[in-house]
Amino acid sequence: MASEAIIEGAAPGSETQARSYFDAAAAAPLHPVATQALLAAAADGWADPSKLYLEGRRAAQLLDAAREAVAESISAPSVRLDEVFFCSSGSAAASLAVEGARAGRARVGDVVVHSAVEHSAVLRAAEQGPARSVPVERSGRVDVEAFGSAVAGPRVALAALQSANHEVGTAQPLADAIAACERAGVPLYVDAAQSIGRLPVPTGWSLLSASAAKWGGPAGVGVLVVRKGTRWAKPWPVERVDPQIVSLPLVVAAAAALRAVLADDAANARLFALVDRVRAGVAATVPDVEVIGDPVDRLPHIITFSCLYVDGEALLHALDRRGFAVSSGSSCTAATLRPSHVLVAMGVLSHGNVRVSLHPGVTSAEVSRFLDVLPDVVAGLRAEIGGHCR
Amino acid sequence: MTRPGDDPRPGAVELDCRGQRCPLPIIALARRLLSLPVGGVLRVLADDPAAANDIAAWCRMRDQELLPVAEPDVFDVRRTH
Repeated sequence: MASEAIIEGAAPGSETQARSYFDAAAAAPLHPVATQALLAAAADGWADPSKLYLEGRRAAQLLDAAREAVAESISAPSVRLDEVFFCSSGSAAASLAVEGARAGRARVGDVVVHSAVEHSAVLRAAEQGPARSVPVERSGRVDVEAFGSAVAGPRVALAALQSANHEVGTAQPLADAIAACERAGVPLYVDAAQSIGRLPVPTGWSLLSASAAKWGGPAGVGVLVVRKGTRWAKPWPVERVDPQIVSLPLVVAAAAALRAVLADDAANARLFALVDRVRAGVAATVPDVEVIGDPVDRLPHIITFSCLYVDGEALLHALDRRGFAVSSGSSCTAATLRPSHVLVAMGVLSHGNVRVSLHPGVTSAEVSRFLDVLPDVVAGLRAEIGGHCR
Repeated sequence: MTRPGDDPRPGAVELDCRGQRCPLPIIALARRLLSLPVGGVLRVLADDPAAANDIAAWCRMRDQELLPVAEPDVFDVRRTH
Protein backbone atom coordinates (compact mmCIF):
# COMPACT_ATOMS: atom_id res chain seq x y z
CA MET A 1 0.00 0.00 0.00
CA ALA A 2 1.39 3.41 -0.91
CA SER A 3 1.16 5.16 2.40
CA GLU A 4 3.82 7.78 1.94
CA ALA A 5 2.19 9.31 -1.09
CA ILE A 6 3.62 12.52 -2.46
CA ILE A 7 1.06 15.28 -2.77
CA GLU A 8 2.10 18.07 -5.09
CA GLY A 9 1.52 21.60 -3.88
CA ALA A 10 0.26 20.65 -0.41
CA ALA A 11 0.35 24.35 0.46
CA PRO A 12 0.74 27.29 -1.89
CA GLY A 13 4.38 27.69 -2.79
CA SER A 14 5.43 24.71 -0.70
CA GLU A 15 7.78 22.02 -1.93
CA THR A 16 6.46 18.52 -2.47
CA GLN A 17 6.01 16.93 0.91
CA ALA A 18 5.81 13.37 2.16
CA ARG A 19 2.38 12.75 3.66
CA SER A 20 1.70 10.35 6.49
CA TYR A 21 -1.94 9.50 6.96
CA PHE A 22 -2.52 8.69 10.64
CA ASP A 23 -6.33 8.77 10.85
CA ALA A 24 -7.27 5.16 10.07
CA ALA A 25 -9.83 5.20 12.88
CA ALA A 26 -11.84 7.72 10.84
CA ALA A 27 -11.33 5.94 7.52
CA ALA A 28 -8.55 3.56 6.46
CA PRO A 29 -7.17 3.92 2.91
CA LEU A 30 -8.91 1.59 0.48
CA HIS A 31 -7.22 -1.83 0.52
CA PRO A 32 -5.82 -2.74 -2.95
CA VAL A 33 -7.92 -5.92 -2.92
CA ALA A 34 -11.02 -3.76 -2.36
CA THR A 35 -10.18 -1.66 -5.40
CA GLN A 36 -9.90 -4.78 -7.58
CA ALA A 37 -13.13 -6.23 -6.19
CA LEU A 38 -14.91 -2.91 -6.69
CA LEU A 39 -13.98 -2.82 -10.38
CA ALA A 40 -14.89 -6.49 -10.90
CA ALA A 41 -18.24 -6.08 -9.14
CA ALA A 42 -19.01 -2.92 -11.09
CA ALA A 43 -18.49 -4.93 -14.28
CA ASP A 44 -20.46 -8.01 -13.15
CA GLY A 45 -22.77 -6.86 -10.39
CA TRP A 46 -24.61 -3.86 -11.79
CA ALA A 47 -27.95 -5.67 -12.29
CA ASP A 48 -30.76 -5.76 -9.71
CA PRO A 49 -30.02 -8.83 -7.56
CA SER A 50 -33.74 -9.44 -6.97
CA LYS A 51 -34.40 -10.16 -10.69
CA LEU A 52 -34.63 -13.69 -12.00
CA TYR A 53 -32.74 -13.39 -15.28
CA LEU A 54 -29.05 -14.29 -15.66
CA GLU A 55 -27.67 -10.82 -14.96
CA GLY A 56 -29.78 -10.52 -11.83
CA ARG A 57 -28.76 -13.98 -10.63
CA ARG A 58 -25.11 -13.11 -11.18
CA ALA A 59 -25.49 -9.99 -9.04
CA ALA A 60 -27.33 -12.00 -6.39
CA GLN A 61 -24.48 -14.52 -6.31
CA LEU A 62 -21.95 -11.75 -5.71
CA LEU A 63 -24.07 -10.36 -2.90
CA ASP A 64 -24.45 -13.81 -1.31
CA ALA A 65 -20.70 -14.41 -1.50
CA ALA A 66 -20.05 -11.03 0.13
CA ARG A 67 -22.57 -11.77 2.86
CA GLU A 68 -20.95 -15.13 3.51
CA ALA A 69 -17.46 -13.58 3.72
CA VAL A 70 -18.68 -10.97 6.21
CA ALA A 71 -20.65 -13.53 8.26
CA GLU A 72 -17.56 -15.74 8.61
CA SER A 73 -15.32 -12.79 9.44
CA ILE A 74 -17.49 -11.21 12.14
CA SER A 75 -17.08 -14.02 14.63
CA ALA A 76 -16.10 -17.64 15.02
CA PRO A 77 -18.21 -19.73 14.70
CA SER A 78 -19.74 -17.84 11.78
CA VAL A 79 -23.00 -15.96 12.23
CA ARG A 80 -25.83 -17.04 9.90
CA LEU A 81 -26.21 -15.38 6.53
CA ASP A 82 -29.74 -14.21 7.29
CA GLU A 83 -28.44 -12.46 10.40
CA VAL A 84 -26.26 -10.06 8.36
CA PHE A 85 -27.65 -6.81 6.97
CA PHE A 86 -25.89 -4.12 4.99
CA CYS A 87 -26.66 -0.41 5.19
CA SER A 88 -25.04 2.87 4.22
CA SER A 89 -22.57 3.43 7.09
CA GLY A 90 -21.38 2.28 10.48
CA SER A 91 -23.36 5.10 12.06
CA ALA A 92 -26.53 4.03 10.22
CA ALA A 93 -25.96 0.44 11.42
CA ALA A 94 -25.50 1.65 15.01
CA SER A 95 -28.70 3.65 14.82
CA LEU A 96 -30.66 0.71 13.33
CA ALA A 97 -29.30 -1.60 16.06
CA VAL A 98 -30.37 0.65 18.94
CA GLU A 99 -33.68 1.87 17.54
CA GLY A 100 -34.70 -1.58 16.27
CA ALA A 101 -33.91 -3.29 19.56
CA ARG A 102 -35.77 -0.62 21.54
CA ALA A 103 -38.79 -0.98 19.23
CA GLY A 104 -38.64 -4.79 19.38
CA ARG A 105 -38.58 -4.84 23.18
CA ALA A 106 -41.22 -2.14 23.71
CA ARG A 107 -43.36 -4.47 25.83
CA VAL A 108 -40.48 -5.10 28.25
CA GLY A 109 -39.14 -1.57 28.46
CA ASP A 110 -37.51 1.30 26.61
CA VAL A 111 -34.39 2.08 28.65
CA VAL A 112 -31.07 1.81 26.81
CA VAL A 113 -28.04 1.27 29.08
CA HIS A 114 -24.75 2.36 27.52
CA SER A 115 -21.20 3.23 28.48
CA ALA A 116 -20.41 6.95 28.66
CA VAL A 117 -17.83 6.57 25.88
CA GLU A 118 -19.91 5.05 23.08
CA HIS A 119 -19.70 6.49 19.58
CA SER A 120 -21.91 9.55 19.11
CA ALA A 121 -24.14 7.59 16.67
CA VAL A 122 -24.95 5.14 19.49
CA LEU A 123 -25.51 7.94 22.01
CA ARG A 124 -27.79 9.85 19.65
CA ALA A 125 -29.92 6.76 19.04
CA ALA A 126 -29.98 5.84 22.75
CA GLU A 127 -31.05 9.37 23.70
CA GLN A 128 -34.14 9.14 21.49
CA GLY A 129 -35.70 7.61 24.61
CA PRO A 130 -34.77 7.00 28.25
CA ALA A 131 -31.07 6.20 28.46
CA ARG A 132 -28.73 5.35 31.33
CA SER A 133 -25.07 6.21 30.90
CA VAL A 134 -22.55 4.10 32.83
CA PRO A 135 -19.30 5.82 33.89
CA VAL A 136 -15.83 4.70 32.85
CA GLU A 137 -12.50 4.48 34.62
CA ARG A 138 -9.63 6.84 33.85
CA SER A 139 -8.47 4.34 31.17
CA GLY A 140 -11.81 4.59 29.38
CA ARG A 141 -12.83 1.09 30.46
CA VAL A 142 -16.45 0.90 31.57
CA ASP A 143 -17.14 0.29 35.28
CA VAL A 144 -18.14 -3.38 35.04
CA GLU A 145 -20.07 -3.47 38.31
CA ALA A 146 -22.04 -0.32 37.52
CA PHE A 147 -22.77 -1.67 34.04
CA GLY A 148 -24.03 -4.95 35.54
CA SER A 149 -26.36 -3.23 38.00
CA ALA A 150 -27.68 -0.80 35.38
CA VAL A 151 -28.47 -3.70 33.06
CA ALA A 152 -30.33 -5.45 35.89
CA GLY A 153 -32.46 -2.33 36.45
CA PRO A 154 -36.15 -1.93 35.55
CA ARG A 155 -37.51 -1.59 32.00
CA VAL A 156 -34.18 -2.14 30.22
CA ALA A 157 -34.68 -2.77 26.50
CA LEU A 158 -31.03 -2.93 25.47
CA ALA A 159 -27.48 -2.65 26.72
CA ALA A 160 -24.86 -1.12 24.41
CA LEU A 161 -21.12 -1.54 24.81
CA GLN A 162 -18.46 -0.91 22.18
CA SER A 163 -15.81 -3.59 21.68
CA ALA A 164 -13.09 -0.96 22.06
CA ASN A 165 -13.05 2.80 22.19
CA HIS A 166 -12.70 4.70 18.94
CA GLU A 167 -10.86 7.67 20.43
CA VAL A 168 -8.48 6.15 22.95
CA GLY A 169 -8.26 2.49 21.86
CA THR A 170 -9.09 0.94 25.25
CA ALA A 171 -10.74 -2.48 24.93
CA GLN A 172 -14.00 -2.91 26.83
CA PRO A 173 -14.72 -5.87 29.14
CA LEU A 174 -17.08 -7.56 26.69
CA ALA A 175 -17.02 -10.99 28.35
CA ASP A 176 -18.19 -9.43 31.65
CA ALA A 177 -20.87 -7.40 29.86
CA ILE A 178 -22.11 -10.48 28.02
CA ALA A 179 -22.36 -12.39 31.31
CA ALA A 180 -24.21 -9.50 33.01
CA CYS A 181 -26.68 -9.23 30.12
CA GLU A 182 -27.30 -12.99 30.11
CA ARG A 183 -28.06 -12.89 33.84
CA ALA A 184 -30.49 -10.01 33.37
CA GLY A 185 -32.05 -11.38 30.17
CA VAL A 186 -31.18 -8.18 28.30
CA PRO A 187 -29.82 -8.18 24.73
CA LEU A 188 -26.33 -6.73 24.29
CA TYR A 189 -25.45 -4.59 21.30
CA VAL A 190 -21.74 -4.36 20.47
CA ASP A 191 -20.43 -1.48 18.33
CA ALA A 192 -17.44 -3.29 16.84
CA ALA A 193 -16.55 -0.64 14.27
CA GLN A 194 -12.94 -0.28 15.44
CA SER A 195 -12.19 -3.93 16.16
CA ILE A 196 -13.48 -5.93 13.20
CA GLY A 197 -10.35 -7.00 11.33
CA ARG A 198 -8.18 -6.12 14.30
CA LEU A 199 -9.30 -7.83 17.51
CA PRO A 200 -11.51 -10.93 17.90
CA VAL A 201 -14.97 -10.23 19.32
CA PRO A 202 -16.27 -12.89 21.75
CA THR A 203 -19.64 -14.51 21.03
CA GLY A 204 -22.71 -14.09 23.23
CA TRP A 205 -23.91 -10.68 22.03
CA SER A 206 -27.30 -10.15 20.34
CA LEU A 207 -26.53 -7.30 17.94
CA LEU A 208 -23.32 -6.01 16.41
CA SER A 209 -22.45 -3.23 14.01
CA ALA A 210 -19.35 -2.44 11.97
CA SER A 211 -18.14 -0.06 9.27
CA ALA A 212 -16.22 -1.11 6.15
CA ALA A 213 -14.34 2.19 5.92
CA LYS A 214 -12.56 1.31 9.18
CA TRP A 215 -11.09 -1.96 7.87
CA GLY A 216 -9.96 -0.75 4.43
CA GLY A 217 -13.23 -1.27 2.60
CA PRO A 218 -14.98 1.58 0.80
CA ALA A 219 -16.89 4.28 2.66
CA GLY A 220 -20.65 3.83 2.44
CA VAL A 221 -21.00 0.29 3.79
CA GLY A 222 -22.23 -0.46 7.30
CA VAL A 223 -22.84 -3.93 8.68
CA LEU A 224 -25.57 -4.82 11.15
CA VAL A 225 -25.80 -8.32 12.61
CA VAL A 226 -28.94 -9.32 14.50
CA ARG A 227 -28.66 -12.80 16.03
CA LYS A 228 -31.65 -15.13 15.73
CA GLY A 229 -33.94 -14.92 18.73
CA THR A 230 -33.23 -11.21 19.27
CA ARG A 231 -36.35 -9.08 19.36
CA TRP A 232 -35.69 -6.42 16.74
CA ALA A 233 -38.34 -4.45 14.86
CA LYS A 234 -37.75 -2.36 11.75
CA PRO A 235 -37.39 1.14 13.23
CA TRP A 236 -38.62 2.83 10.08
CA PRO A 237 -42.19 3.15 8.77
CA VAL A 238 -43.08 0.50 6.17
CA GLU A 239 -43.85 3.10 3.54
CA ARG A 240 -40.33 4.55 3.80
CA VAL A 241 -37.55 3.29 1.55
CA ASP A 242 -35.66 0.42 3.17
CA PRO A 243 -32.34 1.87 4.47
CA GLN A 244 -30.72 -1.52 3.96
CA ILE A 245 -30.57 -1.17 0.18
CA VAL A 246 -26.94 -0.38 -0.62
CA SER A 247 -24.58 -0.38 -3.57
CA LEU A 248 -23.71 -3.98 -4.41
CA PRO A 249 -20.19 -3.25 -5.77
CA LEU A 250 -19.36 -1.40 -2.53
CA VAL A 251 -20.55 -4.35 -0.43
CA VAL A 252 -18.50 -6.79 -2.54
CA ALA A 253 -15.42 -4.58 -2.16
CA ALA A 254 -16.00 -4.30 1.60
CA ALA A 255 -16.17 -8.08 1.98
CA ALA A 256 -13.06 -8.62 -0.12
CA ALA A 257 -11.11 -6.09 1.96
CA LEU A 258 -12.21 -7.75 5.20
CA ARG A 259 -11.04 -11.19 3.98
CA ALA A 260 -7.69 -9.69 2.93
CA VAL A 261 -7.21 -7.86 6.24
CA LEU A 262 -7.98 -10.96 8.29
CA ALA A 263 -5.58 -13.06 6.21
CA ASP A 264 -2.72 -10.75 7.21
CA ASP A 265 -2.10 -11.86 10.80
CA ALA A 266 1.20 -10.05 11.11
CA ALA A 267 -0.21 -6.57 10.35
CA ASN A 268 -1.95 -6.05 13.69
CA ALA A 269 1.03 -7.27 15.72
CA ARG A 270 3.23 -4.84 13.78
CA LEU A 271 0.82 -1.93 14.37
CA PHE A 272 0.56 -2.84 18.06
CA ALA A 273 4.35 -2.56 18.36
CA LEU A 274 4.41 0.74 16.43
CA VAL A 275 1.80 2.16 18.80
CA ASP A 276 3.92 1.02 21.75
CA ARG A 277 6.79 3.00 20.23
CA VAL A 278 4.62 6.11 19.85
CA ARG A 279 3.31 5.78 23.42
CA ALA A 280 6.82 5.50 24.85
CA GLY A 281 8.30 8.09 22.49
CA VAL A 282 5.67 10.75 23.17
CA ALA A 283 5.89 10.27 26.94
CA ALA A 284 9.70 10.47 26.86
CA THR A 285 10.23 13.40 24.49
CA VAL A 286 7.27 15.75 25.00
CA PRO A 287 7.14 17.45 28.40
CA ASP A 288 3.77 17.84 30.17
CA VAL A 289 1.94 15.28 28.09
CA GLU A 290 -0.73 12.85 29.19
CA VAL A 291 -0.75 9.60 27.20
CA ILE A 292 -4.30 8.34 27.37
CA GLY A 293 -6.01 4.94 27.35
CA ASP A 294 -5.00 1.44 28.42
CA PRO A 295 -1.39 0.75 27.41
CA VAL A 296 -1.91 -3.00 26.91
CA ASP A 297 -5.58 -3.98 26.76
CA ARG A 298 -6.27 -1.93 23.65
CA LEU A 299 -6.74 -1.82 19.90
CA PRO A 300 -3.55 -2.36 17.91
CA HIS A 301 -3.69 0.87 15.95
CA ILE A 302 -4.84 3.80 18.14
CA ILE A 303 -2.78 6.06 20.43
CA THR A 304 -4.13 9.26 21.99
CA PHE A 305 -2.35 11.92 24.04
CA SER A 306 -3.01 15.44 25.33
CA CYS A 307 -0.38 18.17 25.54
CA LEU A 308 -0.82 20.59 28.41
CA TYR A 309 -1.03 24.30 27.44
CA VAL A 310 -1.46 23.58 23.72
CA ASP A 311 -4.41 24.42 21.49
CA GLY A 312 -5.67 21.22 19.83
CA GLU A 313 -6.67 22.86 16.57
CA ALA A 314 -3.32 24.62 16.25
CA LEU A 315 -1.55 21.33 16.93
CA LEU A 316 -3.60 19.54 14.27
CA HIS A 317 -2.80 22.23 11.68
CA ALA A 318 0.89 22.37 12.61
CA LEU A 319 1.17 18.59 12.18
CA ASP A 320 -0.75 18.81 8.89
CA ARG A 321 1.78 21.36 7.64
CA ARG A 322 4.57 18.94 8.57
CA GLY A 323 2.83 16.18 6.59
CA PHE A 324 0.79 14.35 9.22
CA ALA A 325 -2.96 13.77 9.12
CA VAL A 326 -4.16 13.20 12.69
CA SER A 327 -7.42 13.68 14.56
CA SER A 328 -8.21 15.59 17.78
CA GLY A 329 -10.83 15.38 20.50
CA SER A 330 -10.19 18.96 21.66
CA SER A 331 -13.22 21.24 21.68
CA CYS A 332 -11.73 23.74 19.22
CA THR A 333 -11.65 21.02 16.54
CA ALA A 334 -15.32 20.04 17.00
CA ALA A 335 -18.20 21.72 15.22
CA THR A 336 -19.99 21.96 18.59
CA LEU A 337 -16.94 23.58 20.27
CA ARG A 338 -17.38 21.02 23.05
CA PRO A 339 -14.58 18.71 24.13
CA SER A 340 -14.86 15.03 23.22
CA HIS A 341 -17.40 13.30 25.46
CA VAL A 342 -14.97 10.38 25.67
CA LEU A 343 -12.12 12.46 27.12
CA VAL A 344 -14.52 14.19 29.55
CA ALA A 345 -16.00 10.86 30.72
CA MET A 346 -12.45 9.63 31.40
CA GLY A 347 -11.57 12.85 33.23
CA VAL A 348 -8.43 13.35 31.15
CA LEU A 349 -7.07 16.58 29.71
CA SER A 350 -9.06 17.52 26.61
CA HIS A 351 -7.05 20.41 25.20
CA GLY A 352 -3.96 19.78 23.08
CA ASN A 353 -5.39 16.37 22.18
CA VAL A 354 -4.14 14.25 19.31
CA ARG A 355 -5.32 10.84 18.14
CA VAL A 356 -2.92 8.90 15.94
CA SER A 357 -4.44 5.83 14.28
CA LEU A 358 -2.36 3.67 11.97
CA HIS A 359 -3.39 1.65 8.92
CA PRO A 360 -1.46 -1.44 7.79
CA GLY A 361 0.48 0.51 5.16
CA VAL A 362 2.15 2.83 7.70
CA THR A 363 5.91 2.27 7.85
CA SER A 364 8.25 2.34 10.82
CA ALA A 365 10.07 5.25 9.14
CA GLU A 366 6.87 7.33 9.11
CA VAL A 367 6.41 6.74 12.83
CA SER A 368 10.04 7.72 13.46
CA ARG A 369 9.58 10.93 11.50
CA PHE A 370 6.47 11.75 13.55
CA LEU A 371 8.34 11.21 16.80
CA ASP A 372 11.19 13.40 15.53
CA VAL A 373 8.88 16.26 14.56
CA LEU A 374 6.41 16.27 17.45
CA PRO A 375 8.53 17.71 20.32
CA ASP A 376 9.48 20.78 18.24
CA VAL A 377 5.93 21.31 17.02
CA VAL A 378 4.59 21.23 20.59
CA ALA A 379 7.38 23.46 21.92
CA GLY A 380 6.75 25.95 19.11
CA LEU A 381 3.04 26.17 19.85
CA ARG A 382 3.67 26.58 23.58
CA ALA A 383 6.06 29.43 22.88
CA GLU A 384 3.47 31.12 20.63
CA ILE A 385 0.65 30.90 23.15
CA GLY A 386 2.88 31.81 26.08
CA GLY A 387 2.26 28.44 27.63
CA HIS A 388 5.68 27.88 29.18
CA CYS A 389 4.59 27.33 32.72
CA ARG A 390 5.04 24.72 35.37
CA MET B 1 -29.10 33.92 43.33
CA THR B 2 -25.38 34.46 43.33
CA ARG B 3 -23.53 35.52 40.24
CA PRO B 4 -20.28 33.80 39.35
CA GLY B 5 -17.61 35.56 41.29
CA ASP B 6 -19.79 36.61 44.22
CA ASP B 7 -18.90 35.56 47.72
CA PRO B 8 -15.48 34.04 47.17
CA ARG B 9 -13.90 31.91 49.85
CA PRO B 10 -12.25 34.12 52.48
CA GLY B 11 -8.90 35.19 51.17
CA ALA B 12 -9.42 33.74 47.69
CA VAL B 13 -7.79 35.57 44.80
CA GLU B 14 -9.98 35.86 41.72
CA LEU B 15 -8.92 35.16 38.14
CA ASP B 16 -11.46 36.04 35.47
CA CYS B 17 -11.00 33.86 32.38
CA ARG B 18 -14.55 34.17 31.08
CA GLY B 19 -14.66 34.36 27.31
CA GLN B 20 -11.29 32.63 26.97
CA ARG B 21 -11.00 29.30 25.17
CA CYS B 22 -8.99 26.37 26.50
CA PRO B 23 -6.09 26.09 27.03
CA LEU B 24 -5.87 29.84 27.92
CA PRO B 25 -7.67 29.55 31.29
CA ILE B 26 -5.42 26.63 32.25
CA ILE B 27 -2.28 28.59 31.34
CA ALA B 28 -3.52 31.56 33.37
CA LEU B 29 -4.39 29.29 36.31
CA ALA B 30 -0.97 27.61 36.24
CA ARG B 31 0.79 31.00 36.25
CA ARG B 32 -1.35 32.70 38.88
CA LEU B 33 -1.53 29.84 41.37
CA LEU B 34 2.24 29.84 41.79
CA SER B 35 2.15 33.50 42.83
CA LEU B 36 0.04 32.48 45.81
CA PRO B 37 1.48 31.11 49.05
CA VAL B 38 1.05 27.38 49.72
CA GLY B 39 -2.46 26.94 51.13
CA GLY B 40 -3.78 29.96 49.19
CA VAL B 41 -6.97 29.61 47.13
CA LEU B 42 -7.39 30.88 43.59
CA ARG B 43 -10.94 31.35 42.34
CA VAL B 44 -11.04 30.87 38.55
CA LEU B 45 -14.03 32.07 36.55
CA ALA B 46 -14.14 30.21 33.23
CA ASP B 47 -17.01 29.50 30.87
CA ASP B 48 -15.28 27.51 28.14
CA PRO B 49 -17.13 24.17 27.75
CA ALA B 50 -13.85 22.32 28.37
CA ALA B 51 -12.90 24.32 31.50
CA ALA B 52 -14.52 22.10 34.15
CA ASN B 53 -12.90 18.98 32.74
CA ASP B 54 -9.51 20.50 32.05
CA ILE B 55 -9.13 22.39 35.34
CA ALA B 56 -9.88 19.15 37.19
CA ALA B 57 -7.42 17.24 34.99
CA TRP B 58 -4.74 19.89 35.50
CA CYS B 59 -5.19 19.76 39.30
CA ARG B 60 -4.81 15.96 39.18
CA MET B 61 -1.70 16.14 36.96
CA ARG B 62 -0.10 18.89 39.06
CA ASP B 63 -1.21 17.50 42.40
CA GLN B 64 -3.10 20.69 43.32
CA GLU B 65 -6.45 20.65 45.10
CA LEU B 66 -9.75 21.45 43.39
CA LEU B 67 -12.27 22.51 46.04
CA PRO B 68 -15.97 21.78 45.57
CA VAL B 69 -18.03 24.76 44.36
CA ALA B 70 -21.76 24.59 43.69
CA GLU B 71 -21.83 27.40 41.12
CA PRO B 72 -21.26 26.78 37.43
CA ASP B 73 -18.19 28.30 35.78
CA VAL B 74 -16.51 28.85 39.16
CA PHE B 75 -13.48 26.81 40.21
CA ASP B 76 -11.55 27.13 43.47
CA VAL B 77 -8.04 25.73 43.42
CA ARG B 78 -5.90 25.48 46.55
CA ARG B 79 -2.14 25.55 46.16
CA THR B 80 -0.93 22.45 48.00
CA HIS B 81 2.81 22.66 47.36
